[in-house]
Amino acid sequence: MSGEEFVPLSLTPLLIGTFAAIACALPGNFLVLRKQALIGDAISHVVLPGIVVAFLVTGTISTWPMMLGAAGAAVVAVVLIEAIRRLGQIEPGAAMGVVFTTMFAAGVLLLEQTDTSTVHLDVEHALYGNLESLIWLDATGWSSLLDIEALAGLPPELPRIALTLVGVTLFTWLFWRPLKISTFDEGFARTIGIRTGVLGMALVITAAIAAVAAFDAVGSIIVIAMFICPPAAARMLTNRLETQIAWSVLFATASAVSGYVLAGYGPLWLGGADAVSAAGMIATMSGLILAAAATFGPCRARIGAHTSA
Amino acid sequence: MLWDALTLQLGYNATLVALGATLLGVSAGVTGTFLFLRKRALVSDAISHATLPGVCLAFMALVALGGDGRNLLGLLAGSAISAWAGLLCMNWLTRHTRLAEDAAIGAVLSVFFGFGIVLLTVIQTMGVGRQAGLEGFLLGSTAGMLWADAMIIAIGGAVTLLLVMIIRRPMTLVAFDPEYAAARGLPVHRIDLAMMGLVMAVTVVGLKIVGLILIVALLIIPAVTARFWSERSEHVVLLAGVAGGLAGYIGAAISASAPNLPTGPIIVLVSFAFFVVSLFFAPKRGVLAAVLRHLRFQRRVHIRQGLLALAQGQKIYEPLTLRLLRRAGLARADGVATDTGKARAAKALRDERRWEIVRADLAHEATAALYDGLRDIETVLTRDQIAEIDRRIGGPQGILL
Repeated sequence: MSGEEFVPLSLTPLLIGTFAAIACALPGNFLVLRKQALIGDAISHVVLPGIVVAFLVTGTISTWPMMLGAAGAAVVAVVLIEAIRRLGQIEPGAAMGVVFTTMFAAGVLLLEQTDTSTVHLDVEHALYGNLESLIWLDATGWSSLLDIEALAGLPPELPRIALTLVGVTLFTWLFWRPLKISTFDEGFARTIGIRTGVLGMALVITAAIAAVAAFDAVGSIIVIAMFICPPAAARMLTNRLETQIAWSVLFATASAVSGYVLAGYGPLWLGGADAVSAAGMIATMSGLILAAAATFGPCRARIGAHTSA
Repeated sequence: MLWDALTLQLGYNATLVALGATLLGVSAGVTGTFLFLRKRALVSDAISHATLPGVCLAFMALVALGGDGRNLLGLLAGSAISAWAGLLCMNWLTRHTRLAEDAAIGAVLSVFFGFGIVLLTVIQTMGVGRQAGLEGFLLGSTAGMLWADAMIIAIGGAVTLLLVMIIRRPMTLVAFDPEYAAARGLPVHRIDLAMMGLVMAVTVVGLKIVGLILIVALLIIPAVTARFWSERSEHVVLLAGVAGGLAGYIGAAISASAPNLPTGPIIVLVSFAFFVVSLFFAPKRGVLAAVLRHLRFQRRVHIRQGLLALAQGQKIYEPLTLRLLRRAGLARADGVATDTGKARAAKALRDERRWEIVRADLAHEATAALYDGLRDIETVLTRDQIAEIDRRIGGPQGILL
């Protein structure tokens, strides 16, 4: 395919999908290791009421209020889960289940109650996002990458998700040692003076930011898949955290690219006429990668049973 | 209007929905309790999301066979098959790889749901009409519920309930103590699978009314709610059934009473309202009960310490202590003990001395462990034992001048 076609139509969705996937996979590594993998699931459900409330308050579909609303809802959810867990002495999984389903239900109800027929805001969009529509109309070919005027017409999701990715990477890099120590041995981390509670909260908030930014661009289903599948697949391949993160980034990229390409061109190859959902396809690809890693990965077994280190 | 709805006077469809939602609520509450007691509540999330590809595949198959693709029984059968596949994947991941259960849940949930969405878009491009009904499975749609649909839900719910009743004992045993259950020779793994199978059945039955995203709430929230009210598993199961059924009934009624009130979310919110009430007002485990317990405890500590201070002729500086003593009629506003106060103070001091003896005596070791500075000694020792201790302390003595 030539540059005239590729750059405007496919380059930006590809980049956005890849950045979103990596931004979610990075904190996902720690969440999976800390057995908090379902935080991503909870956050992506509660984003809906946050967005609806932001829409009700501002009356428009603009990005920043919605991101703030989503982030606010994520924080409210985390606080509520913790409160219910402590006040009611309920196990964390059930507390999470109570909170995110209720908030999601409230979001759906609010959405039905308000007149959103004039704007593009619905549950389906929240679930599968709209990756295919993030095209770069001002581009004419590869040369547009150097053209200031054309660059100004980039879909705003791209710089946002790129910025989020930088932020998430910085967080992981700056807090690498404390994160690593507290993930594997929380007691030891506390004895050497790491404030594990604050750090754990910071990790959840970073994950929430990544989730909200990715959600804005690609919908919640990719968010959950990318938090869990690439890190889980990487976990089957190695016993070293550094290697695991490298693999997870590679898997996230691979699922994003292959998923997007298959969704866009797969049906054409099979003789169909229209593309299928890119978000769904990316999630599916990450699942296939996980399945392959779980079947053949050298470190897939739980204890001792791996063939070679 | 709401009253009409609650008494089933709002017409045929509303009545069908209300009855269906009630049955669904009861079976979801009862089944969900075992899942909750097994501490695997979120497994239901994976199962429910895993139904989507099955629904889509069943729709495609029905269309390919020449139907209109909206046969509820066919769609539910498809959803059951793919939910079962998701369940097996999740089980395999947790048993045969190093992944923890939460990661397995998340992986199955997102991948199956993502694949389902791919299939949904395929169906949209297939160009056959009437696919609009499929999106209804995401959040439930009760608008066009038919008598046959209601019958499927009723029969499915009843069969699930019956199965739960049959295997409730092994499920309870496995939920509380899997090792003991295994030692008794029970097939723990298979019972777990059966439990999940029942959850899957409830999910499939509930697809039409509340949709696959919100059925999780009906499985979890009533169980958590019921847990506040009882410490006995059979009571929790019953209460969860009642809470779920009531939520289904009231929710369906509210949703029928006004436009733009989708059934699924309303049922979930009613259920959550029950949960909040229980969280705060349940007799033993509720927040209010805990606060009252704390206040009572605080009062006892202050009065006890105040009495000891009075007995030893020390001045009380703590305003709360003084206030409590005054309110109990044990001290005057200036901190001087009343007659009752003097008597109680003398007793408190004597009790403290008695405890001292008890704690020094190895023969009373078990009793001494109960000492917390508040417990009345009469509640742990017999009158004879106290008399024996009193003999060792000796009675009040005159002051030699």
